[in-house]
Amino acid sequence: MTQSTETTLPLWPPVNSARGPFTPLDDAERQRYFGPVTRVLLPTGITAWLVSRHTEVRQLLRHPAFSSDLTRPGFPLLRPLPPEATRDLRGAFLQMDGAAHTRLRRMLTAEFMIKNVRRIEPLIHRTIDEALTDLAAAGPPADLVSTVALPVPSKVICHLLGVPYADHDFFQSRSRRLLDRRVPPEQLQQAAQELRAYLRSLIDTKRARPDDGEDLLSRLIRERVEPGELVVDELVGMALLLLIAGHETTANMLGLSVLLLTRHPGRYALLRDRPDLAPGMVDELLRYLSIVRTGLFRVATEDVEIGGRSIRAGEGVIALIALANRDAEVFDDPDGFDPYREAHQHLAFGFGVHQCIGQPLARAELRIAMVELARRFPGLRVTAEPQELTTRDHSIVFGLDRLPVTW
Amino acid sequence: MTPAPRPLSVETTLRVVVDRDRCCGAGNCVLTAPEVFDQDDADGLVLLRDPAPRDALRERVQRAVDLCPTDAIRFD
Repeated sequence: MTQSTETTLPLWPPVNSARGPFTPLDDAERQRYFGPVTRVLLPTGITAWLVSRHTEVRQLLRHPAFSSDLTRPGFPLLRPLPPEATRDLRGAFLQMDGAAHTRLRRMLTAEFMIKNVRRIEPLIHRTIDEALTDLAAAGPPADLVSTVALPVPSKVICHLLGVPYADHDFFQSRSRRLLDRRVPPEQLQQAAQELRAYLRSLIDTKRARPDDGEDLLSRLIRERVEPGELVVDELVGMALLLLIAGHETTANMLGLSVLLLTRHPGRYALLRDRPDLAPGMVDELLRYLSIVRTGLFRVATEDVEIGGRSIRAGEGVIALIALANRDAEVFDDPDGFDPYREAHQHLAFGFGVHQCIGQPLARAELRIAMVELARRFPGLRVTAEPQELTTRDHSIVFGLDRLPVTW
Repeated sequence: MTPAPRPLSVETTLRVVVDRDRCCGAGNCVLTAPEVFDQDDADGLVLLRDPAPRDALRERVQRAVDLCPTDAIRFD
């Protein structure tokens, strides 16, 4: 689909760290990219349609004629695919469609449902308490990302999966590489293979001691693998997805949320004084920060009309949830953060059959962490200006590398 | 405009139906209207606790319909 005449198309995603951490796209970029359907050129030379309004993003992500299978011709890849011989997508249900996707996702839906997350709230609380004790011991000043934002979701997902947190340096460094768009395909492949090998050996160890664990992987081994419903390599792929999605997303949300809320002491104090507002604030944070800023990627499997534009089978589309979450048709004063806003229509968790399965967990982690932080560190403030912080402009999941704080 | 009050005995109810085949278990409905929706312990998919909720819940059930990522809930 690449033609030389298309090199004048706007490039997606634009890298522009000058816009600061709270602006997914600046005004000039919005002129270029916001609209029902806009054509863009990706770093791989593939062209795709960008969809950025709330209505069309919902329509697209719920439409059965769009595939998540990144091996399909025309899929809007930001990086070249590794060669077929070396890539292993077994169990990677985020990249599957239809019955194949449903089969694997449904093995996990009960694990992450609201009442089960409620059951593990004491564990989340404990993990947060420990992290805040670490923060107190580390400073002031201290780095909030390495003491709280990253360890909290990482420890919780490790506990749930049955992955030893002691190995966090190993899997965090590799999962960060997997999300970095600048990493060349062979390194990407290596990081994926190392993580798969690590999880495979962990799962093999668990299989050798079948009655030991009450963690999710042990349960899936007993209930799905041993009866022959699930192949070990599929479980490895599922574990890989949960491990990465389980900590990178919430970790980046936490860092950015603290940066945003402490800029206005009144908002930060609200968490402590009105914890009943915290669930709503979490949704507004999810809307406003929309950390999956490069969008959600699909390829059309048949001709479909979206936003008045005909999208042909085999053409790639990108659902820009970060702009949909700033759509003035749906949200009043969309570029303002409003702690009292009812932001439940946000699309930060995606939409359609792939909508984030871990959202009850993410919501609980964010709510408890923010409230406890405001309670135990009422004077917390960030010691750098937002513009001075290193943002993850090249990551699939936007966030901060470090957040220097004092109290 | 506020609707005229109705006698309790003839309070209207809503009719809600769910499609478990479409459900992806994201739990938005349970978060939005826990009086009406639940998730199945066995598979995490939607369960209708109350297929005929009272009219006072209309707004929240409508919100659950709007928020459902897979269009698995509707008014009958």
